[in-house]
Amino acid sequence: MTLASEVTGTGTAVPGAGHLPYANGASAAGVGGGAGGPGRRPPRHDPSSQRTPRRTPRRPATLTAEDWGYALASAVSSLSLCWLAFSVLTDGIGWFGFWLVAYLVFLGMLFVATYQRLGRLAAVDRVMTVVVWSVMGVVLVPLVWLVVYILVKGLPGLSLGFFTHTQRGVTPTQPATAGGGLHAIVGTVEQVGIALLISLPLGAMTAVFLNETRSSLRRPVRIFVDAMSGMPSVVSGLFIYATLIIPLAKDNALFGYNGFMAALALSVTMMPTICRAIEVVLRLVPAGLREAGLALGASRARVVWSVVLPTASSGVATAAILGIAREAGETAPLLFTAFGYNLMNANPFSGPQESLPLFIWRFIREPSAVEITRGFTGALVLMALILLLFAAARVLGRDRTKARHRRPSLAGLLPGRPPARPIAGVEDNAA
Amino acid sequence: MTTSAVARPPGPSAGEPARARRVVHAERSRADRFFDRATLGSGITVLVLLTVVGLFLLWQGRATWSSMGARFLTTTTWRPSSTSPEVGVLGLLYGTVVVALIAEVIAVPAGIGVGLYIAEFAPLGARKMLQGLVDLLAAVPSILFGLWGFFFLQEQIVPLSRWLTTHLGRIPLFATDRDAQLTSSFFIAGIVVSLMVVPIVASISRAVFVQTPPGEKEGALALGASRWGMVRAVMLPYGRGGMIGGSMLGLGRALGETIAVSLLLPQVPWISSHWLQNGGGTIAGFIADRAGNSLTVPSLMAAGLVLFVLTLATNLVASTIVARSRSGAGVDL
Repeated sequence: MTLASEVTGTGTAVPGAGHLPYANGASAAGVGGGAGGPGRRPPRHDPSSQRTPRRTPRRPATLTAEDWGYALASAVSSLSLCWLAFSVLTDGIGWFGFWLVAYLVFLGMLFVATYQRLGRLAAVDRVMTVVVWSVMGVVLVPLVWLVVYILVKGLPGLSLGFFTHTQRGVTPTQPATAGGGLHAIVGTVEQVGIALLISLPLGAMTAVFLNETRSSLRRPVRIFVDAMSGMPSVVSGLFIYATLIIPLAKDNALFGYNGFMAALALSVTMMPTICRAIEVVLRLVPAGLREAGLALGASRARVVWSVVLPTASSGVATAAILGIAREAGETAPLLFTAFGYNLMNANPFSGPQESLPLFIWRFIREPSAVEITRGFTGALVLMALILLLFAAARVLGRDRTKARHRRPSLAGLLPGRPPARPIAGVEDNAA
Repeated sequence: MTTSAVARPPGPSAGEPARARRVVHAERSRADRFFDRATLGSGITVLVLLTVVGLFLLWQGRATWSSMGARFLTTTTWRPSSTSPEVGVLGLLYGTVVVALIAEVIAVPAGIGVGLYIAEFAPLGARKMLQGLVDLLAAVPSILFGLWGFFFLQEQIVPLSRWLTTHLGRIPLFATDRDAQLTSSFFIAGIVVSLMVVPIVASISRAVFVQTPPGEKEGALALGASRWGMVRAVMLPYGRGGMIGGSMLGLGRALGETIAVSLLLPQVPWISSHWLQNGGGTIAGFIADRAGNSLTVPSLMAAGLVLFVLTLATNLVASTIVARSRSGAGVDL
């Protein structure tokens, strides 16, 4: 970031010395004010430079060796101060608290040191730069840590049998590798699959409604979709429980605790996610393609079906995969609907069914260490599944961005042809 | 232009002025009519669905609403099964708000910082990958965060809580009962929830920050601003709507966070300023905790309705703020 940020001192820069900020060692400390405004501190006068004031251009965004030195010194002194405060003078604060306090003290010291040297503006700039850089790191650390932790805790219980066995005949005293989670994997696949079957058409239709029609209802529908996507997932489970299971379960096994009810609850939370992701993609389809289709006399339905959707197809696929990844880990809606079951139940339409999140949820609440390890193994498998889905979505997304410089092909306009080229610059809307 | 428009020129009859109006007929084909109806139908499904969610929660909780009335909102005790049932959501509501508040205090600055980093500070080549990592963080299921927080992070935070309460215990917020357990506290639950809020705030603030007009940024730099000066003078004001809206959306997520909080708090209604000590519960976590207990169903439904209305209101305000701000018009939440 050196863009246009060269600040020249008030005097005239000496040609030749211009790009050597500290060419004249003696005047280095006084040159400019950095970002702190030139002239804040008068330059130290060097007898040899009386006639031409030595003012050299300085790039405030460039860090010099001196800057690094000050930062390092601040870090060291902050660490020693915290060590003194927490290990010698008072009882311990734990590593978490130690680093938290040390970091804050470091920021304070860096500010004071830079303030003394370059002035307030430069000091604020340095401190905020450090803050922004470190915040990014601090946010990524838990992600890595979580993945590693679940890997370490879950691996001891993982064996090939996890994918081929259920919990049939497994007692709490057997080692964690006994039995497996096949029934949970089957349940997750069935429930999420049914949920996708329901919510993908509905979500895609709603996205088309929002983006391709001129209905006056679009505004309220958009508001409701937004509101629905923020609805806590436990409420959707409660909703299916209140609407179908309580009133109807007595007469009809289809509305008892089973995988289908879980799929319905999942689709309530999945639909808005998919709808909004698809809408983002539809918005990126060039208007020219639509207009060309209409100008050729195609009906609006035809244009959507043969032009818009094929053009956006890879984006729609990404939306679906991200929706699956999101729903595969949802636990709360299942508590009231699928209920959980220790044995295989491959029929989603009758009887309680297990799924990976429920498997984890039930085992980690058990008191025995072996059961908890089983739960962690389930968590490991779930995490691997989600990472795989996420990677698949990214790969699809990358293919689209590689096509950035191609022009949309006219082949997509003709009905019955393979989908047009992926569209450019689509960003995933995973949040 | 609601349908395919078939232009029918009136025909080049002689003597007519050149500016003759072209009559444009709008003919709707059967496919078009079906298309209109089908898309409208799915749109209406959404409207109906959300309304029905609220209505059924209200209907199934009617036993509680009729016996408790508005007192449901002002009662802390939760005794659904005794002969004189006394249930109220206030204790849980308090916990919900406290956990969300702690999560927001941590996550909003962190999320804005991450958004700023990806939009402005990060090396150009790394930006896409970093945004991918933030998206991945958003995709980690709540139950995994709960596992990690409960079995691992909790032990790491307890010494900090102990130090705070020993040395700063005179401040009410850091006070605890004598010999109190410091695990499963609002503080710890808030920290874990904040990890789930950060990606939401980060994605939305990044989306508004990257839209800052380059001319305004360069103008600030050309006037001699440092990079942070430019950020503060140009990017932060420009992205204000996105930052506020993103924080509100994160708040909605924090209020509705279920599984992780259910693991991390004992889930008993509790009102206390001792945030560092064991105790408390949130509405969503409490509902998950009591799932399968048929005695409490009406009161759980009533509590669910309160949570539904609370998150709905938060999210509506959030999307309104984002949509109305200067930067947020084209931003997808």
